[in-house]
Amino acid sequence: MPLKSTRQAINEALAQEMRRDPRVIVIGEDVSGGAGTDGQRDAYGGVLGVTKGLIGQFGDQRVIDTPITESAIMGAAAGAAVTGLRPVAELMFCDFLGVCFDQLLNQVAKFRYMFGGKVNTPLVVRTMIGAGRGAAAQHSQSLYQLFTAVPGLKVVVPSNAYDAKGLLIQAIRDDDPVIFCEHKLIYDLKTEVPDEAYRIAFGEANIVRDGDDVTVVALARMVHFAEAAATTLASEGIECEIIDPRTTSPLDVDTIVESVERTGRLVIVDESTPRCGVAADISAIVAEQAFGALKAPIRRVTAPHTPVPFAPNLEKLYIPDAARIAAAVRETHGFRK
Amino acid sequence: MQLSRDLLKKAYRDMATIRAFEERVHQEFTKGAIPGFVHLYAGEEASAVGVCLHLRPDDYIASTHRGHGHSIAKGCDVAGMMAELFGRENGLCGGKGGSMHIADLDRGMLGANGIVGGGPPLVVGAALTAKTLGRDGVAVCFTGDGGSNQGTTFEAMNMAVVLKVPAIFVFENNGYGEGTGHRYAAGNPDIAGRAAGFGLPAVRVSGDNFFAVHEAAGEAVARARAGQGPSVIEVDTVRFFGHHAGDAQLYRGKDEVKRLREERDCLKNFRKSVTEAALLTPAELAEIDAEVATVIDDAVKTASAGAVPAETELFTDVYASY
Amino acid sequence: MTGASLTAITMPQWGLTMTEGKVVGWLKKPDQPLTEGEELLEIETTKITNVVEAPVGGTLKRIVAEAGATLPVGALLAVIGPAGASPADVDSFVRNFRVVEPAKEAVGAQAETLTREIEAGGRRLRVLETGEGGIPVVLVHGFGADLGSWMFVQPSLARGRRTVALDLPGHGGSTKDVGSGDRKTMTVVLAGALEALGIGRAHLVGHSLGGAIAASLAIARPASVASLTLIASAGLGAEINRSFIEGFVRAERRKEVAELLGVLIHDPGAVSRRMVEDVLRYKRLDGVPEALAAIAAAWFADGRQAVDLRAEIAALDIPIQAIWGETDRVIPASHAKSLPKSAAVHVLAGTGHMPHMERAGEVSQLIDRVALRET
Repeated sequence: MPLKSTRQAINEALAQEMRRDPRVIVIGEDVSGGAGTDGQRDAYGGVLGVTKGLIGQFGDQRVIDTPITESAIMGAAAGAAVTGLRPVAELMFCDFLGVCFDQLLNQVAKFRYMFGGKVNTPLVVRTMIGAGRGAAAQHSQSLYQLFTAVPGLKVVVPSNAYDAKGLLIQAIRDDDPVIFCEHKLIYDLKTEVPDEAYRIAFGEANIVRDGDDVTVVALARMVHFAEAAATTLASEGIECEIIDPRTTSPLDVDTIVESVERTGRLVIVDESTPRCGVAADISAIVAEQAFGALKAPIRRVTAPHTPVPFAPNLEKLYIPDAARIAAAVRETHGFRK
Repeated sequence: MQLSRDLLKKAYRDMATIRAFEERVHQEFTKGAIPGFVHLYAGEEASAVGVCLHLRPDDYIASTHRGHGHSIAKGCDVAGMMAELFGRENGLCGGKGGSMHIADLDRGMLGANGIVGGGPPLVVGAALTAKTLGRDGVAVCFTGDGGSNQGTTFEAMNMAVVLKVPAIFVFENNGYGEGTGHRYAAGNPDIAGRAAGFGLPAVRVSGDNFFAVHEAAGEAVARARAGQGPSVIEVDTVRFFGHHAGDAQLYRGKDEVKRLREERDCLKNFRKSVTEAALLTPAELAEIDAEVATVIDDAVKTASAGAVPAETELFTDVYASY
Repeated sequence: MTGASLTAITMPQWGLTMTEGKVVGWLKKPDQPLTEGEELLEIETTKITNVVEAPVGGTLKRIVAEAGATLPVGALLAVIGPAGASPADVDSFVRNFRVVEPAKEAVGAQAETLTREIEAGGRRLRVLETGEGGIPVVLVHGFGADLGSWMFVQPSLARGRRTVALDLPGHGGSTKDVGSGDRKTMTVVLAGALEALGIGRAHLVGHSLGGAIAASLAIARPASVASLTLIASAGLGAEINRSFIEGFVRAERRKEVAELLGVLIHDPGAVSRRMVEDVLRYKRLDGVPEALAAIAAAWFADGRQAVDLRAEIAALDIPIQAIWGETDRVIPASHAKSLPKSAAVHVLAGTGHMPHMERAGEVSQLIDRVALRET
């Protein structure tokens, strides 16, 4: 089976769905680039090249470059979604959410509920998350916790190319609004990705690694760091069970709880900030549902409660790494009441 | 209005410093000494300097992600800026902000901004402060042609008129919002004309001509200081580099940058004007160039020698009081 | 005692992509007597945990690989020999043992180059070919499976002759277009496959649904079938595990799939996460649920087998054998009894619906024997 990067997998998902359904459109800033210039069209194909080639296949009426106007983009995508199109709108960096939050928070998320179930909002918002490229405070956040907190939005956080393609195809076919969070630093990672189209159900976690000693839940890029930590820990005789939720909303609580009922110990790894984060959310749910099984306090390994610093040495400290994860697992494993 | 020789020298020094800074940053970035992204201002110098020459230390400016030029024109320390780009603790922001967030409020620089359209409302606020505290200070917002379409920009202009604050909105139209041409992104490409519809005086000047910018800015600043409210200046300018360093610039026409550097270089034009009018001599300009080169070299030395921030810095300055 | 009577137990090759395995545990102790076919040790690979049977009788003279050891395919695991073999002879045997294993890269590359696509009856199929010469053995998998289910038997069968495993339409790497998915469609596809592969006459081996399809081809074109091996085959009675079929068509989630796979084999604990994942990835592909639903409707509507081949099989004049697991929870082993008396019937104890995976050694040998007789 061919190896493809996450970037290619996402591009393929978009192209296959656009071919299958003429109502699917891509809209955003420089999703192609070069409009109104003397240079090439598709000058960018997305600022990190994820949507490259789409305008060549589908034309500028279905791959739409916009002015830099996040509110109008999200608002227009919302309006299009409830009136018959299936837009895939790009919010270039999730940090720009601030500029258009009303559209997603108060409009898109709430239409179906407010209107008594009489409308579907089949909108997908693709957005980049993650630190590690020196992009500093306003271009490096992982804000899926904010989206997850909003009833009415579905939130997808893939960790690899195979999942990204299947989850994005599901997102496009889903009749609910989906925020699809793409970690910048996994765009180049490759896995086996089928050429055919396929869907991965939401609310279905992936068990990345089996283990009986400690349950480790990790998101996006942190899944890979957790795997590295698990390899180190295995040589110390500690076997981690790594769970990748894939979607934070809906969340596969059953898989996490079943695992904790077996291991009794839980470490959650999340690159976002700690207050009111997904790690805190999962901790509360597990404490409620698996309290009797817990042999140690639940540990969260997250970024600190600060903005993302620019200086590379500080940014490296900011992001949880395999060593910190392993340390947390050792503590949890060794805890005795 | 005839500028004094001292002022002309300062204007040239500031523009030359910006040009040399950006060219050097491009080199250092390509060498790998600068992490993250940089967005270079080379080609637009007349705009920043033409405006900022009228400003006092207690006047404020806000900027965009392309903020090095505005910072230098407003008097930010060049070595501190370079160290900030290098991510060192002797940087203007202690290495914690980086290129896109360079700020120095003591010099009235409200910060470069990574959010397009982030600046205009801030400037309305700064202008409101000046008005409220009875100073005759002004606040200037530099925005691009891309930012001219943002909702926050429209809201800020309207509010500035409604509150009658001493704000000046300078739109640096270099023709590109990232990789999209202005003529595509703006339904009405006449930024000044569109702004005038909000009820404030708006002019367009050529950024190839320092003197044109300086004159228009002078009128706007005087208007603001006199309590007569906000203005708009659209500066028609060019950027010599890509949106960000490393940009392949496929959206440019063939040989476009080469042509722009030959035909639309505001520094070249300035040198030509002042020497032809015998206001400054070529030797004097060359001397300034040499001084500027030293300043930039020293800045890079200072930056390279700077220590990385202490690890404890990760946790400080989130709040003023904990 | 010479070293000639000592037998090496080596890491087996299960599936062409397997490069190493882990010794889970030994089921016999040193100096214990062994009979041929007795379970010797458990080996875990990324795909499955399975048991290695003693290839010969004797005594377990030396365990070389302890539990927990991960070793490459072909590595020495243990030595079997006569009870009287001297320790010095065993030492010498172990010392002189040379691994015969293909380079890891070659194995992987082999697997890739051995699968290819063919046009069969107007449909694109994926096939995996290995071995050469003789009358080819053609392996047809069952409902919801793919050519990978033959991974434990195909390599050893390939030592003797050409073998071809294929993915039925709707399965594996083949087209997901199954049309009505009925007996006629599938028989035409199988016939087309043999043609495309240039096979005039084959030993057909079919599992479950694949067995019924293989038998249907033998009925339609008896001249092209040298022998018929039916493993837990459909088409021999009315009973079918309805909840398994319906559940498999519907299953979208890991838990559902894991439960279903547990129904398939005698020991549900042997279902590996990798197996579950492979099935999940297959179920997710566009067109698969629809294909399976169509086939289920054509063959297993209302929880009964719609296709009854007993009378037609009875009229066949080719060697037939049936292999069944005693504890098959999908199609009851009693269906084997409906075959003509001339058919050889083997019901394996402690085995579920997947004898070719659960008792690979025995199944290989049984197919081999039939194929050798009819070379």
